[in-house]
Amino acid sequence: MPRLTDEPPGGFHPVAERTPDTYAPVEVGIYGVTKCFSDQVAVDGIDLQVHEGEFFSVLGPSGCGKTTLLRMIAGFADPDSGRIELDGVDMVGVPPYRRDVNTVFQSYALFPHMTVWDNVAYGLRRKRLRGAELRRRVAEHLELVQLARFAKRRPTELSGGQQQRVAIARALAARPRLLLLDEPLGALDAQLRKQMQIELMQIQREVGTTFLYVTHDQEEALVLSHRVAVMNAGRVEQVGYPEDVYERPSTRFVAGFIGTSNIMDVKVSDMDGEWLELTGGGVERLRAVLPDGHSARHGQQLSVTVRPEKLHLYDADGEEQPPPGWCSLAGTVADVVYTGMSTQYVVDVPGGDSLVAFVQNTRRISDAGTPGQPVRMAWDPEFTVVLDSPARGGAEPAEAERTKEEVH
Amino acid sequence: MSQTVTTREPATRPARRRTGRPWALIVAVCLVFGFLYAPIVWLALVSFNDSRTVSRFTGFSTHWYAELVQDERVIAALGLTLRIALSSAVVCTIVGTLAAFGLRRTFRGRGLWTVVLTLPLVVPEVVMGVSLLAFFVKLAGIPLGFWALLAAHVAFSLSFVVVVVRSRLAGMDTRLQEAAADLGAGPLTAFRTVTLPLVAPAIAAGSAFAFLLSFDDVVISSYLTGVGSTTLPVFVYGQASKRGVSPEIVALSTAMVGVSALLLLIGVAVVTWRARRVGRRVDLTVAG
Repeated sequence: MPRLTDEPPGGFHPVAERTPDTYAPVEVGIYGVTKCFSDQVAVDGIDLQVHEGEFFSVLGPSGCGKTTLLRMIAGFADPDSGRIELDGVDMVGVPPYRRDVNTVFQSYALFPHMTVWDNVAYGLRRKRLRGAELRRRVAEHLELVQLARFAKRRPTELSGGQQQRVAIARALAARPRLLLLDEPLGALDAQLRKQMQIELMQIQREVGTTFLYVTHDQEEALVLSHRVAVMNAGRVEQVGYPEDVYERPSTRFVAGFIGTSNIMDVKVSDMDGEWLELTGGGVERLRAVLPDGHSARHGQQLSVTVRPEKLHLYDADGEEQPPPGWCSLAGTVADVVYTGMSTQYVVDVPGGDSLVAFVQNTRRISDAGTPGQPVRMAWDPEFTVVLDSPARGGAEPAEAERTKEEVH
Repeated sequence: MSQTVTTREPATRPARRRTGRPWALIVAVCLVFGFLYAPIVWLALVSFNDSRTVSRFTGFSTHWYAELVQDERVIAALGLTLRIALSSAVVCTIVGTLAAFGLRRTFRGRGLWTVVLTLPLVVPEVVMGVSLLAFFVKLAGIPLGFWALLAAHVAFSLSFVVVVVRSRLAGMDTRLQEAAADLGAGPLTAFRTVTLPLVAPAIAAGSAFAFLLSFDDVVISSYLTGVGSTTLPVFVYGQASKRGVSPEIVALSTAMVGVSALLLLIGVAVVTWRARRVGRRVDLTVAG
């Protein structure tokens, strides 16, 4: 089992150069936005900055306030407090038809009494485009979504995926500064979703419009976005690059919501520079890097997480044992699930918890463990992530980028 | 012989079940339609009867219709009925549509307003007639005749328009208005380009409803017709009750049924024509 040596030490650093977008000016600035419905807080003091040309996703479970946030940016609702700036101008109180923002609705909301062509032309006509220019722009956008030959059809005569494309063409035709997408692939079947994800990504890279994408599908957010904001209960839990959010979840919620996570409650037993030695239920050796700019003290309670694919399984009394310095933990296999590419092991550890490990099926299948077998689980301590550190706020990654911006 | 029957039966039975006609159902349908339409068909036949009595058929004739066209009272009543029905339909369509839109918003007392608006649907017509007579003539001082009739017809037809338009609005996705606004349409433009075209069929149906309700109302109108200003249904009712079922009245009734049926057929034809036009356009696109 080779160790991944090509990663920088001290945790995962996203390659910022990949997306020059984050150095671009801020397109949408959301500052302390709060919105309540009767007695319920839907959006609770959100700060977010989306840069020009960025594909930015807001990811969260249903009811986390992500759609409310989107509707406030579109202008269908106004925040109770806070500012929503578009290109530096506060938009609160400006009606939707005066905002340079277009929306792709979850239900598509295509005009049923108009042809596909007229649907796409709708926004352009409102901008007083006529004649050849109008025809050219509509044709261009129908071409973009590959629906030119369906121009004369009614929306009801199209399939779900085609309707979705019409909605995208209609919203993009007027060339908005910002395109809002409210779970646009939610109504499509799995295969079509995958295809549309790729198309959406291509369209965004092609037109270069800033996309603000709302979804509850973590995979979609990770695949499509330059950056992701994870929301829960009206708050932003973490903002970062997809790799960042997945590899270095900052809160228990993010760790649990994105992918599968093994969360352990432990105590600080020793400190060595930036390294923490941790003890707790069944742990033989557990080390973690203290996140930047944070402090810990002896005996402090902490939650740590490690992704299932980082875990390696060893026979409890086999010859092969984990490399020295790795975190390790003994347990017994409770369940083995073969999933094709990998095998999922559920391992009971002392203290009542159970951890999940994904092991790539690169070995012969006969080598797989069986339930009841005693095993040792181990992982490189770089993959231990400390959660819920009190000083780590949701807006922090954005702050970090701003400093980068200043440096340049 | 019984043997051949039993051997053939398993083979024929499933086939017969599939292709055989449901005779019981056909008979039932015929009975129901006979029950509904036999009197009207009989009426139409009698209207072409040569004889003055309605119980004996002596020969084919159209002279009762000729007499009808020459009867000034009938022409006057028809004119008034049409004027009132058209005016009532116009007023109800405008006010009812506005009310339906207004009731879409949430405000205090919306439930109460909804009930008040639909109450005329359940108030007995006789009661309504008496109350309208008392109100218009005694209290408001509106003279019997055109204006009193128009006010009354608007009063009982309005709720129909509201109900029809509201149900259409309720079935409409509010996201469509949002999409229009999102794409840069101000409230008026959004209404003109999205909401109105989508509600238009309901508005048309509502106004047709209002027209027909006014056109064939007897009970309420009979309280409010003034001297020399009688609507056609009231005239028919009056003639029939005074002199029994005369051939002129039968002819007039048949003519009214004919006109109503014609309007209905035109409506159906327009709807199917529109549907087919859309379908044909699709076919062309597929071919091209």
